[in-house]
Amino acid sequence: MTLVLNRIDDRLIHGQVVVGWGQPLDIRFIVLVDDSVAASEWEQELYRMGAPPEMDVYFLNVSAAIDELPRYRADSRHGILLTGDIDTMRRLVEAGGISAINLGGIHHRTGRTQRLRYVFLNEDEETALRDLASRGVAVTAQDVPGARPIPLDDILSGVAR
Amino acid sequence: MSDDQSSAEGEKVEARAIVAGHGDFASGLVSAVDVITGRGSQLIPVAVPGLCAEDIEKLIRQRMTESGVKVIFTDLQAGSCTMAARRILRGTDAAVLIAGVNLPTLLDFVFAEQMDAIDAARHSAERGRAAITVVGTGGGVKQA
Repeated sequence: MTLVLNRIDDRLIHGQVVVGWGQPLDIRFIVLVDDSVAASEWEQELYRMGAPPEMDVYFLNVSAAIDELPRYRADSRHGILLTGDIDTMRRLVEAGGISAINLGGIHHRTGRTQRLRYVFLNEDEETALRDLASRGVAVTAQDVPGARPIPLDDILSGVAR
Repeated sequence: MSDDQSSAEGEKVEARAIVAGHGDFASGLVSAVDVITGRGSQLIPVAVPGLCAEDIEKLIRQRMTESGVKVIFTDLQAGSCTMAARRILRGTDAAVLIAGVNLPTLLDFVFAEQMDAIDAARHSAERGRAAITVVGTGGGVKQA
């Protein structure tokens, strides 16, 4: 089929991704785009061991991902595009082909304000998300499939808390 | 439950392992161990709601340093706590991680007080694996 979910999650591969989304969506591969993980064999092995044997994981830096995403979108299986931060996803959006983004987990760090139980954002990140939305990208937060997708406006206005 | 507190019988018990996982998994499992054995204070439950991967690692590392324990039990191989524990254990043989822990595993562990904690953890993992059974559809009881 294609990449059925474009997710930002700072925990990258973990239970919600491989089980929570992976099982109901019949996910067979994950394209994990992260410059630091792509440069570390040890990190790749760590995340690969977190995925079930029937799920392939491909590790790419942003530059390689921009070149190779069309190939993954043409894959006959269901896949997830996964980044650990907003800026990485923004760079992929700018390369084209992404119409919706799932905010799955952006957790507490100094300088961030809590917007949802699992979404904390600083001003630059909020600006980046607004910019993506202004380009027509549907930005919603949804940690697991059974939860209601929360639109960006509701996240940032605080009505969703 | 603190890392060094009285058991149900009032005896002072030192913590021997951390239990970490999703939601209230750890506190629930430790509570169950305590109800069954009175030895729940050997286990330090760790929950990680709303924490990023770095903070999960920091929290588990802090609990290990405070208590001196060298055993970590986690709930799911793909879970964030497991990932954090694997980072902590990278390059060391002085500690052990058991991912996919269940109640029989922990029951075996808390009764193996005479063993070194790492050896007890390895032993308990085998017990926990063997304790999973399937009943029904085909008759009889089968070990999973």
